[in-house]
Amino acid sequence: MENEKLKDCPVSIELAGVEKYFGSQKVLDGVNLRVCEGTTTVIVGASGQGKSVILKHMLGLMRPDAGRVEIFGQDITQASARQLKVVRRDFGVLFQNVALFDSMTIFDNVALPLRERTHDSSRQIAARVEELLQMMDLPGAASKYPAQLSGGMQKRVGLARALALNPKVVFFDEPTTGLDVLKSNEIYRLFHHTQAELGYTAVIVSHDVPKIFKLSDHVALLAEGVIQGQLTPEEFQRSENPLIRNFVETTMGPIYSSEREEAALQ
Amino acid sequence: MLLLFGKIGDYTLYYLEQAGRMGVFLFQCSWRVLTPPYRFFPVIRQINFIGARSIFVIFFTGGFTGMVLALQGYYTLRKFGSEGLLGSAVALSLIRELGPVTAALMVIGRAGSAMTAEIGIMRNSEQIDALECMAVDPWRYLMVPKFIAAVISMPLLTAIFDVVGIFGGYLVGSLMLGVNGGTYFQGMYQSVHWVDVEMGLIKSLVFGLLIVWISTAKGYFLHWERSGGFGAEGVSRATTSSVVLASVTVLVWDYLLSAILL
Ligand SMILES: Nc1ncnc2c1ncn2[C@@H]1O[C@H](COP(=O)(O)OP(=O)(O)OP(=O)(O)O)[C@@H](O)[C@H]1O
Ligand SMILES: [Mg+2]
Repeated sequence: MENEKLKDCPVSIELAGVEKYFGSQKVLDGVNLRVCEGTTTVIVGASGQGKSVILKHMLGLMRPDAGRVEIFGQDITQASARQLKVVRRDFGVLFQNVALFDSMTIFDNVALPLRERTHDSSRQIAARVEELLQMMDLPGAASKYPAQLSGGMQKRVGLARALALNPKVVFFDEPTTGLDVLKSNEIYRLFHHTQAELGYTAVIVSHDVPKIFKLSDHVALLAEGVIQGQLTPEEFQRSENPLIRNFVETTMGPIYSSEREEAALQ
Repeated sequence: MLLLFGKIGDYTLYYLEQAGRMGVFLFQCSWRVLTPPYRFFPVIRQINFIGARSIFVIFFTGGFTGMVLALQGYYTLRKFGSEGLLGSAVALSLIRELGPVTAALMVIGRAGSAMTAEIGIMRNSEQIDALECMAVDPWRYLMVPKFIAAVISMPLLTAIFDVVGIFGGYLVGSLMLGVNGGTYFQGMYQSVHWVDVEMGLIKSLVFGLLIVWISTAKGYFLHWERSGGFGAEGVSRATTSSVVLASVTVLVWDYLLSAILL
């Protein structure tokens, strides 16, 4: 079931046998996942299955109860705070709840990573922030506060902040949830564009099936605490795995079931 | 019975753990305060918040504390016929005890609670996680300016408190109660020594550090709170407990420092 191409590519992120309990609740039950450099892997799955938890393991915000999480070959479950900080320099992160700094203006939110991590002059920073906000189609929002923006606008500010430092790896937790179709298409185009330009590795959690498939090199379904196969979008849609089949059918309609079933539905 | 022991053990472990975390927190912050890079603007902002904006409150409380000291002191001293000692009585009690302690309690109420709430909310809404994921050190970014600002502001606020209190005492003593103004200040001049001022200074420095340590750590470790640091109520509980803990700690340390320094 493993994709052949996955085996011999430069690996950015690898999860091996990751288990996570919350009290007696077992959320991750041996997750295996490999993300190749410069590719986009989309994690899909029903709500509450632990997709965000997987992402938090990759970010080093949660420690697994068992298993390894390797970023660029370094096991971050064993890493010291300093090593973790070095690894995170290449990250760009969008949280599911966006986590903007709510007592700062949009401008300061986007400028914060630039101010803290680069030695750029304030004029350079202002220009970069302006460019990012332009890119995210947020004119005139710079002086507002996060609470004064709509949910979709906050998401885009979060994206701008995540991309501010040209990260090597981006983690987006539901980047287009809460955006209208036009805006989310725009965001997807932007991803495509910036990824082609910067060549970053992307891990995206999304419910936007099947549209997100167009963007992805690999799709991984999380169900019952394990990754049910990490496949190319085409393979994913043709998979024999009953859970994947079920997922594809419920999200995309029974396009691949037999004609008789389709006729019965009408 | 076994359950009781289990509970006691549980509590003990929790509080030991908490104490350990607080210790590490203080170490991490102090380490970062002492090592570069240094940032000035955030420190100035915090001095404005912790120090400058407390001046009004310190002015008032200092003034009235001095006035009531003079009032009470006058009637006590008159029984022994030694109203002339009023100045030194007011000044000594302010400089050695009431100044540092009352100023510290005011700063806890004004700035300490605000720091706990601010950092607690940032913890709650994953803003601290977001900082970490940007490889921005939350200790350096959030705590260091507050630590420096508190340790600078506290002695200054205490000094203002003392001076205003002494003048408040003078107003009541000489204008209302008829103690000779010259005697008031002359007595003070003779009885207040550098060791007294030094004592107040040391106290206020220690209190500043204690306040900022407890307030920020309570917010930072919100997710470890025993009662569960969830939501608005979690923040409000943490804020309350940080104010209580900081006040008690200040008073305990006041006794300890007095015992050591006297
Ligand atoms: N900090 C936590 N403490 C306890 N349980 C948690 C915690 N975080 C997540 N969980 C549990 O782990 C499970 C997975 O949560 P997670 O947020 O990863 O779901 P998800 O797949 O991202 O869902 P959604 O698509 O709705 O975002 C849930 O059952 C949740 O209750
Ligand atoms: Mg989620």
